Amino acid sequence: MTFLDYAPAPESTAILNLRESYGLFIDGEFSDGHGESFHTISPATEQEIARIASADVSDVDRAVAAARRAYSRTWSKLSGADRGKYLFRIARLVQERARELAVAESLDNGKPIRESRDVDVPLVAAWFFYYAGWADKLDYAGLGPNPRSLGVAAQVIPWNFPLLMLAWKIAPALAAGNTVVIKPAETTPLTALIFAEILQQADLPAGVVNIITGAGDTGSLLVNHPDVNKVAFTGSTAVGRAIARSTAGSGKKLTLELGGKAANIVFDDAPMDQAIEGIVNGIFFNQGHVCCAGSRLLVQENVKDEVVDRLKARLSTLRLGDPLDKNTDIGAINSRAQLDRIRELSDIGEQEGAERWSADCEIPKNGFWFAPTIFTNVSTSHRIAREEVFGPVLSVLSFRTPAEAISKANNTPYGLSAGIWSSNGSRVLGVADRLRAGVVWANTFNQFDPASPFGGYKESGYGREGGRHGLAAYLESTGWDSPGGRAASAIERIETSSSKKAARK
Amino acid sequence: MTIHQAAPLVAVPLAPAERAIQLIGGDLTEKSLRLHLEGLTGVDAVGLEARAASLGTRSIKTTSKAWALDRIIELIDLTTLEGSDTPGKVQSLVAKAMIPDPSDATTPRVAAVCVYGDMVPYAVEALGSAGGEAGIHVAAVATAFPSGRASLAVKIADTRDAVRSGADEIDMVIDRGAFLSGRYGLVFDQIVAVKEACRREDGSSAHLKVILETGELTTYDNVRRASWLAILAGGDFIKTSTGKVSPAATLPVTLLMLQVVNDWYRLTGERIGVKPAGGIRTSKDAIKYLVTVAETVGEEWLQPHLFRFGASSLLNDVLLQRQKLHSGHYSGPDYVTVD
Repeated sequence: MTFLDYAPAPESTAILNLRESYGLFIDGEFSDGHGESFHTISPATEQEIARIASADVSDVDRAVAAARRAYSRTWSKLSGADRGKYLFRIARLVQERARELAVAESLDNGKPIRESRDVDVPLVAAWFFYYAGWADKLDYAGLGPNPRSLGVAAQVIPWNFPLLMLAWKIAPALAAGNTVVIKPAETTPLTALIFAEILQQADLPAGVVNIITGAGDTGSLLVNHPDVNKVAFTGSTAVGRAIARSTAGSGKKLTLELGGKAANIVFDDAPMDQAIEGIVNGIFFNQGHVCCAGSRLLVQENVKDEVVDRLKARLSTLRLGDPLDKNTDIGAINSRAQLDRIRELSDIGEQEGAERWSADCEIPKNGFWFAPTIFTNVSTSHRIAREEVFGPVLSVLSFRTPAEAISKANNTPYGLSAGIWSSNGSRVLGVADRLRAGVVWANTFNQFDPASPFGGYKESGYGREGGRHGLAAYLESTGWDSPGGRAASAIERIETSSSKKAARK
Repeated sequence: MTIHQAAPLVAVPLAPAERAIQLIGGDLTEKSLRLHLEGLTGVDAVGLEARAASLGTRSIKTTSKAWALDRIIELIDLTTLEGSDTPGKVQSLVAKAMIPDPSDATTPRVAAVCVYGDMVPYAVEALGSAGGEAGIHVAAVATAFPSGRASLAVKIADTRDAVRSGADEIDMVIDRGAFLSGRYGLVFDQIVAVKEACRREDGSSAHLKVILETGELTTYDNVRRASWLAILAGGDFIKTSTGKVSPAATLPVTLLMLQVVNDWYRLTGERIGVKPAGGIRTSKDAIKYLVTVAETVGEEWLQPHLFRFGASSLLNDVLLQRQKLHSGHYSGPDYVTVD
């Protein structure tokens, strides 16, 4: 044994108080679903964790009706300050139950406990605290005086940050005065269901938040339900496109947060040791299951070999294994389907002539795993340089001048995020200005804060989440003295969405 | 415009130092040295501190913890550097170094005792056969420690005196004033001269640790430059602090110095030692340093000739943790000895 084979330090699952099966959380209570139930499994062991209900069309109706009732009878009548109190209460309960939520998240999603404990759950609490503060200050949200809530929000979230994405969706919606029906991803419903218990603990009025589980069909029923006013979706570009198509002209306000293929640009004057850490954090954080992951590394040609060498040395120290072990850096891939896709794209990368290198790590027998991998000799035309892999796979490309770096970075259908590494402040600002990406990180990567808006260009979606800008997705302007404000803005909305449609054609 | 007298960018030849000549070239001058040091890429403070914090979250349990506690003891320079030090105090320190825990014979010995130059004869005598190259070393602080404010002649005499008295290791301080005013050549020359003064009559040499006093250098960029400077001038070890200035050793500073040492190893294949000193008082903190060393430069650095802790109160905390690991319960400060 060597010191670096740290003895196992697993976080105990004794803190969990899981049920054998979970129903749908509608109108403040759990009830059976009428679709075919399914199991959620731990991707690290493939063992079943709990049986999960599936919502069919009648359940979706029920959930939307509950949200509508809660909206018109309770939530829209509360003062902002009172809504804020509930949000503060939820935030504190999340903190109180932080360890439990972190363990559940790592168990169900496969991400290392180090991340769920130090990143996901603290950010969830921060998001609720942040928007709790906004609830009684909506006049300053940038939409003019007295902005109005939209009504019922239908929200569909992905499996990569199950609880954090739930917080990103629910916190601003409630702060702005909307009620919610949310559907967590099929493979990661567990923390959303524990969150439902937290809502009961917080005494949130029944129906304000409804959590329904199921697969893509359930999500489709939800976003296409005629009685929802707002649709918010985070997930793949293909599904996002389908939602945009089906909600067009319906009057539903839509925000989409979709895929990405971010460039992480390393100049030769970068703080090198920190840049290596940033590259690792950019693509191997959460097994690369991050829409804003820095999956394309653009390195200045004169330092490319050095960067690749150092990167390989660093990747060799990453610890892959049990997500619940406190020393694990790389957890399990979330599902077999995702693992298959990562494998397929990596194989294509090799066939297209890129050079593949994977860290030498022991892969556990059960579960879904993929060793941290980098591809060198990648050209901009290779599929691994174009398509979102959504896994621990990094493509390394080089550039010679800042102009070339910018043009390569922007040469993607996506535009969610980008990174710049340089000790030269004016270069950082100059390049950042010309990158078409929603978030540009300088000398860091994958940093999130509730006060900072997040969202994409082009096929990465539209609308912003987080910050003051995130409220705009859940509010509409009204004139202070305009009794017809609501109807007028509804017409305006329909006009806007049809003109968008026209513009796309 | 006034020309900075102290740091002329003209070709003033510097004292020869093998490493610097190999890396920078035979025409070693103030200018070439300066170009090299100022050409190093910057350090991003936020990123460095985040990396150190993340290394600090490693959870070292059971067998790994047992190994770590023993190794920490083996890496300690047990230190007393007080104006009130006496031969008796030094003898007591040496006794503790040889038998850290009288209740447990399996407890390893520390790497060295670290004392002021005039205390070296007492330390050597007290160690007897337990000392020497293969045993517990005697390290002496020298060169007008801790401020370094003395002429080069005094610094050399200070060093020679300690070596002659039997010191195995010399912990010198750099001239921080000269460094901060950009007179890198002066700092360089002094390190080279002290290294020369470490030579014994039989041709062997006392190991030289170069104290950067990072708390006075204030920026990470300076720490990085000073680390390179000390290595180029021939230091066997680079050491963070005297322990007399706050902040003393911190995890980010130590991580940064380890990264420089790693760069040097990648460049030349030569391994340089690192010694964080001052402010490391608990086993928990010391384990974070072990993790940082192992995950940055590798486990082979966790040996006394490549890594040391400069500490005084750390040892007793490690002993308490060690007793707890073996007995299953905590004892108290009266179950370890005061030195």
